[in-house]
Amino acid sequence: MTTSSLFLLVLGLGVVGYLLGRKRALAVAKATGQRLHSLPGYYGQTVALYSAVPALLCLLAWLFVQPVLIETRISAMVPDSAIPEGGARSLVMADLRRIAGGLDALKEAQNISEDDLLALRVETSDIRKQLGDVGVAIGSEVQGAVFEAAKAYRGAEITGRFWMTVLTLALALGCFVTTLLRIRPQARARNTSETFVLSLLIGASLVAILTTVGILGSLLFETINFFKMYPAKDFFFSTVWNPQFRGGSDLGILPLLWGTLYVSFLALVVAVPIGLMIAIYLAEYASKPLRSVAKPAIEVLAGIPTIVYGLFALITVGPFLRDYIASPLGLGSSSSSVLTAGLVMGIMLIPFVSSLSDDIINAVPQAMRDGSYGLGATRSETIKQVILPAALPGVVGAVLLAASRAIGETMIVVMGAGAAAKLGLNPFEAMTTVTVKIVSQLTGDTEFASPETLVAFALGLTLFVFTLGLNIIALSVVRKYREQYE
Amino acid sequence: MNDITAAAAPEAARKRHGSLLVQDARTKTRNASETRFRRLGLLAVALGMLALVGLLGSILSNGLSAFKQTYLQVEVFLDPAKLDKTGSGDLAQIAKVSTFGYAPLIQAAMQGAAKEAGVDTSALPAKALGQMVSKEAPATLRNFVLASPEKIGQTVSFSLLANGRIDGYFKGRVTMESAALDRNISPEQLAFADQLKAAGVLETKFNWAFFTAPDASDTRPEAAGLGVAILGSIYMMLIVLCLSLPLGVAASIYLEEFAPKNRFTDLIEVNISNLAAVPSIVFGILGLAIFINLVGLPQSAPIVGGLVLTLMTLPTIIIATRAALKSVPPSIRDAALGVGASKMQSIFHHVLPLAMPGILTGAIIGLAQALGETAPLLLIGMVAFVREYPAGPPEGLFDPAAALPVQVYNWTQRGDPAFVERASGAIIVLLVFLIVMNTAAILLRRKFERRW
Repeated sequence: MTTSSLFLLVLGLGVVGYLLGRKRALAVAKATGQRLHSLPGYYGQTVALYSAVPALLCLLAWLFVQPVLIETRISAMVPDSAIPEGGARSLVMADLRRIAGGLDALKEAQNISEDDLLALRVETSDIRKQLGDVGVAIGSEVQGAVFEAAKAYRGAEITGRFWMTVLTLALALGCFVTTLLRIRPQARARNTSETFVLSLLIGASLVAILTTVGILGSLLFETINFFKMYPAKDFFFSTVWNPQFRGGSDLGILPLLWGTLYVSFLALVVAVPIGLMIAIYLAEYASKPLRSVAKPAIEVLAGIPTIVYGLFALITVGPFLRDYIASPLGLGSSSSSVLTAGLVMGIMLIPFVSSLSDDIINAVPQAMRDGSYGLGATRSETIKQVILPAALPGVVGAVLLAASRAIGETMIVVMGAGAAAKLGLNPFEAMTTVTVKIVSQLTGDTEFASPETLVAFALGLTLFVFTLGLNIIALSVVRKYREQYE
Repeated sequence: MNDITAAAAPEAARKRHGSLLVQDARTKTRNASETRFRRLGLLAVALGMLALVGLLGSILSNGLSAFKQTYLQVEVFLDPAKLDKTGSGDLAQIAKVSTFGYAPLIQAAMQGAAKEAGVDTSALPAKALGQMVSKEAPATLRNFVLASPEKIGQTVSFSLLANGRIDGYFKGRVTMESAALDRNISPEQLAFADQLKAAGVLETKFNWAFFTAPDASDTRPEAAGLGVAILGSIYMMLIVLCLSLPLGVAASIYLEEFAPKNRFTDLIEVNISNLAAVPSIVFGILGLAIFINLVGLPQSAPIVGGLVLTLMTLPTIIIATRAALKSVPPSIRDAALGVGASKMQSIFHHVLPLAMPGILTGAIIGLAQALGETAPLLLIGMVAFVREYPAGPPEGLFDPAAALPVQVYNWTQRGDPAFVERASGAIIVLLVFLIVMNTAAILLRRKFERRW
């Protein structure tokens, strides 16, 4: 039975459970002459929840755990001798999975019985050709040990699937029958089903914690693996980034960090003054018609996906800066540059800074403004000498939030900043950032045993720590400031 | 605070200008600085608007031409001598003729079209004529023949894609000068294309294939379309909607209505606000490490993308839902409790329906964010070159597919400049989707918003 039909079956059982439970509650009440404790629907709801939810959770957990278990067991079956020189176990395992899938296709296409399929041997038949005939291409000649492991893999999957079906259905039916039989007029069905729903609600809110655990877990686990292969000292303090496919790479984070900070700094230089001035102008000066046009327009900027900004950097800003500024001045000839990425990222951050600052400026009490005007100050003097000093902590928080955004931004730098890891000051040169390197080390054929791939996780962890730290500081600054005026 | 202390200036200084109508030097500088500041603000607003206009203008000017495509209207004689040598009509035999076998037919058809149009082709060799048609055209012909082998031996009218350079010539991307330096096209071919256009053989039509065709390889940008990417994006959005809306609403109901004030609740809240600020690429790493490596879900599949985007949109939906729940006045809850409803009943029967417009608005905005997200999808293998349409759901959710924003990135990495036009066109499609979603959210809010 396929997983989706099993899923639908359990759901169907839940619906039937609702109808039967409701009917039975009414029947029992009529037979005993007692009043029901809860509305009849609640008896149905209890049956439906108890028969569907545990079974579905069991199904989900099984789907997560089974591949992991089978993988470890079968991986142990493949001897080291079966792994080609310079290759990795993961590649052999990928082949193995393809062979296992191919056996199913073979059985389907040629009408072979299960016994004959299990009797297939590498020595007696050309497995590679047979699999090729049913459309499963295997890169190299199939080895005996690998083929036996593939058969075991397939066997384990079939048994696993069988027991999954049995267990899920047994759980669903068992709960279905017991809850149905336990319907009594005096049973507190509403309370039972409401407690159940409440536990579901709690479960849903745990997803956030699970996600954080998943992020931290995967980053830490692979980062530790990385540091087992590559010295941490070199990673943090080396100024050379030069990954090689054949080992012996230099994986120093410093040039990437420098690029990240440089781009982010330029972005903030663009975004903070403009964003802040927009917020001030719209809050203090702008006429109603102007505000009704400008405010949504700036907000539209915030809703545009970063890939659009990336394309803008790639096809418009980059060539423009190169042709009209960098080339005539002899500063560089590359269209992807730190300045390109910084400028475009600055545009992206403008609405972010301006909407945050807008909130903060509006939170400054009117009394402070009135006091300043009463003393004869002009508007700009009030803004510069009363409102901004009062709003300063909030503005600093907004800038920090914007900085954390800039550091974590990916598409704009991937398309605008370039890929060369360099420590330099010339903003017209291409440099690269942490996020660009995460993308380039993890896209394409990734093999999880080499430091060149695993370094991406160490980079990811660094990025995570940086942005998280900035966010925590920024949020606490903003919160403190809010409390001050509330 | 010079201006304020100025009030306490010596008597003598004040006497010098008694009239309010005449500004002294100090007032003048102060007013000038006021005007300056004001202009600076206006300048900032103008810069912001200019950035928006520049951004949209650049995308539109580059991308609008992707919605038009140049086609050649030719009569192709499906030569039985070339396609079905045995004359048996056996499909297996016909299938053995590869696309190379169809190229001569196209060359002949081009010559025929030129003759009919009265254009002199003596300057061009037959091969150059064939090159004016897209490399995709033989495959189009072959698919047609395999679908209806009975047409062999007849002359069939085809609307074939013109080569990307010819297409670019009519869109202004390729000029006679650039063609002279280009190995793929010659000025003679362009001149000939001009004549064909005048004769009506070559025409520029609305490019429906852009929305339905799958991606195409590096050498045939004219055939590349968004079909698989749009389908993949729709699949992912379905997953995000089906998972993040119930999960987000359930979590918000618990946090807003039931959660006691304790450490555990605080932990959940801190987690949610931090997840909202985690860079999107980190979610991609999570997807790669957990969903692909640990659980063994297939790469490039919409299911993995959908799961990753679900986790990303959850904080957005939770924040919006909590705001919507909070805006329902406590009197509603009190009234329900007062007539004997349980707390759960008061929430599910009264509060939740009243908060629904706000929740849906938040969900649509969250979906719009997820639709434009690119970086995490790069890591879970959605950059792969996919030409096959995924199957229908639910099995199709596990098939390889592309996604709209990733397709844009993919095209920008290709050599041919025609792909830049395609990428910008794809961005326009993406933006139209986003505008539709956001408009729906705004309309929903307008229609159902209630002030208490």
